Amino acid sequence: MRNKMVCALVVCVLTFPAIAQGAPQQGAAPDSSAIEQRMRELEDRVIALEGQIRALRAAQGQPAPTPAPASGEATAQTAPAPAEPQAALARAEQGPSLGGAGGSAAKALNPDISVIGDFIGALGGNSQQNIVSLQPAPAFQMHESEVGFQSIIDPYARGDFFVSFGEEGVNLEEGYITFTALPAGFVAKAGKMRSAFGKVNTMHNHVLPWVERPLVSNNLVAGEDGIDDAGFSMQRILPAPKGIFLEATGQLFRGDAGDVFQSSRRSDVSTVAHLRAYKDISESTNLDLGVSYARGHNDMGSDFLTHLYGADATLRWKPLRRSIYHSFVARSEFIWSDRQQLPATQKSFGYYASADYQLGRRWFLGGRYDHSDRSRDHALTDKGGSVVLTYWPSEFSQLRGQYRFTRYANDIDANELFVQLIFSLGAHGAHPF
Amino acid sequence: MVVALLSMWAFLPPSAAEAKKLNVVTATTDMAALAQEVGGDKIQVESIAKGYQDPHFVEAKPSFLLKLRNADLLIVVGLQLEIGWLPPLINQSGNPKIQVGAAGYLDASQFAEILDIPTGTVTRAMGDVHPLGNPHYWLDPDNGRRIARGIAGKLGEIDPPDTAYYQQRFQDFDQRLSAAEQKWDAAMKPYRGRKVVTYHNSLPNFAKHFGLKVIGYVEPRPGIPPTPSHTIELIGLMKRENCKIILVEPYFDLKTPQSIARDTGAIVVQYLPSVGGEKQVTGYFQLFDYDIDLLTKAFQATQ
Repeated sequence: MRNKMVCALVVCVLTFPAIAQGAPQQGAAPDSSAIEQRMRELEDRVIALEGQIRALRAAQGQPAPTPAPASGEATAQTAPAPAEPQAALARAEQGPSLGGAGGSAAKALNPDISVIGDFIGALGGNSQQNIVSLQPAPAFQMHESEVGFQSIIDPYARGDFFVSFGEEGVNLEEGYITFTALPAGFVAKAGKMRSAFGKVNTMHNHVLPWVERPLVSNNLVAGEDGIDDAGFSMQRILPAPKGIFLEATGQLFRGDAGDVFQSSRRSDVSTVAHLRAYKDISESTNLDLGVSYARGHNDMGSDFLTHLYGADATLRWKPLRRSIYHSFVARSEFIWSDRQQLPATQKSFGYYASADYQLGRRWFLGGRYDHSDRSRDHALTDKGGSVVLTYWPSEFSQLRGQYRFTRYANDIDANELFVQLIFSLGAHGAHPF
Repeated sequence: MVVALLSMWAFLPPSAAEAKKLNVVTATTDMAALAQEVGGDKIQVESIAKGYQDPHFVEAKPSFLLKLRNADLLIVVGLQLEIGWLPPLINQSGNPKIQVGAAGYLDASQFAEILDIPTGTVTRAMGDVHPLGNPHYWLDPDNGRRIARGIAGKLGEIDPPDTAYYQQRFQDFDQRLSAAEQKWDAAMKPYRGRKVVTYHNSLPNFAKHFGLKVIGYVEPRPGIPPTPSHTIELIGLMKRENCKIILVEPYFDLKTPQSIARDTGAIVVQYLPSVGGEKQVTGYFQLFDYDIDLLTKAFQATQ
């Protein structure tokens, strides 16, 4: 790898005099203009070297670019390498091993590490939280501390781990390898991951626009963890009329997901399929539609299946010139659950509809309406609504207040107020979309 | 052996579609403009971000994946400018050619002179700081030349038969840029040493090239919106230093800069950090023409 880099650097340095010679000499005074030209060349060479050093430092933990040997060798044959740049490179490479900088060279191989804290305070009564597993419950809780490790593994794959430390212990929320260099545009994942069933199911807690998840997630799609299981995933962008993004995802899991799926034997696998269509209506507005299907065995045994059908729609607006100040997202998901159990199969339905408006650079106001049957008894229907106000001191922390009203199936009401603080340490993660 | 086979496979698609134009996607319009200069009619280039958009906060829209999946080359600004949106797009593109470290991934920052590289401990108490240096480096024409040279080299690497074409285009660009630079330098010469305030720290390379002094920022820290206490401090500083120009990027709110301007007698100049920020700014040359015209007028007005 070092040789390749030397070659690349040599090529880089060698090409500059060649280019400079090709440029016409201009100016009336040949002496001063020649010196000026020479100075410019030298400056360019220094900047190129600085760039190479930065690239070397950054690349130490990453695979070398594949074409480098081919082009590097080809040019090196035509022009023998002068000793000086090599020496400079050697010095540059020795650089990190000197003094305190040695540690940073070793760290170059480490994955990007981030920690996201999710602290929740709750006020108000809810006598039903034992019946319907509604998070969050206590007055104060360090609800989740999510540690992320993310890195490129090799030229063909990257790895992502999210370990969440909750109130009850440690859980591998996600841990998977993504194969990014497959032929024919396929992207494959293997490991434990949040399944592609709908929208909310794919989201980590800290990117939700609410403190908790909608009733329909709790009642029909295994609550906070959702369908989060070990298995394979395969996705591909499908051909579609111009301007439409169409993507299909197929997933095969072990078959364990909270109270929704339970695997009693190895063949009790579950499957998830998702089809997503997206279109930019204008530069600032876009529409995102999806349909999902999940099938797995439930806790009644191997002979009892649960089918889930989902449809989701998201409308986003964000004017590009004022993108950091104003935006609007409206989202809704509809989920049908078809659960085989004794004495009779339960067909339940639930949905939520939400909207979030960004008032200013730091303020977001949102609301959500919830309606969902319970999966084990479709005659029991819970309803509710929330108002949410979020404040962003910076990109790396947010403070959120949420008032939630819930009317449970047995006509018991709950009024609750939540306060949430999310704070993020370490590597800068991607913004959710 | 496996690596050899895979790398052979990686090179197959471009040679099969040799007659076609190279498909180049860039993170920002400035990289697209420079790529177009050296790529000429051998490439088709498209930028993800628009010129009037804050390049830190681009949304990772799936429609961008449609561009990326067919790209032969992806040119990024680097230095973590695109960290909030580009990595997921690259991962999901299903395009092995443009993955980080692959042949079709080019980080243009390696060619440019980079300023504001933090020394010592970097913490987010400094705001959304870029640990690798200031990513707004393209606003120095000398860096433009270096980036163009780097892109020309990369295009030749991906498309060897046209190497001479790209080099010739670069020579031509270089000459035109040198001529334009003389014009720009001459226009800005009377104002060397003048003091300005910018909203975000996005002008260090421009200021260095044209000899301007950036004495402060409307943002208290990079990426942190203006605060009353910082604004008062800045007004004091501008009065003491007799600074009369506030430069604001097109994607920031003008309210605070305008109130500072009222208190200090300064004028607010909405300059363009990127190609395409206004309709008539269609290329790298037009970008400097536009900004230098704005600035010289502003300097004259505040003589």
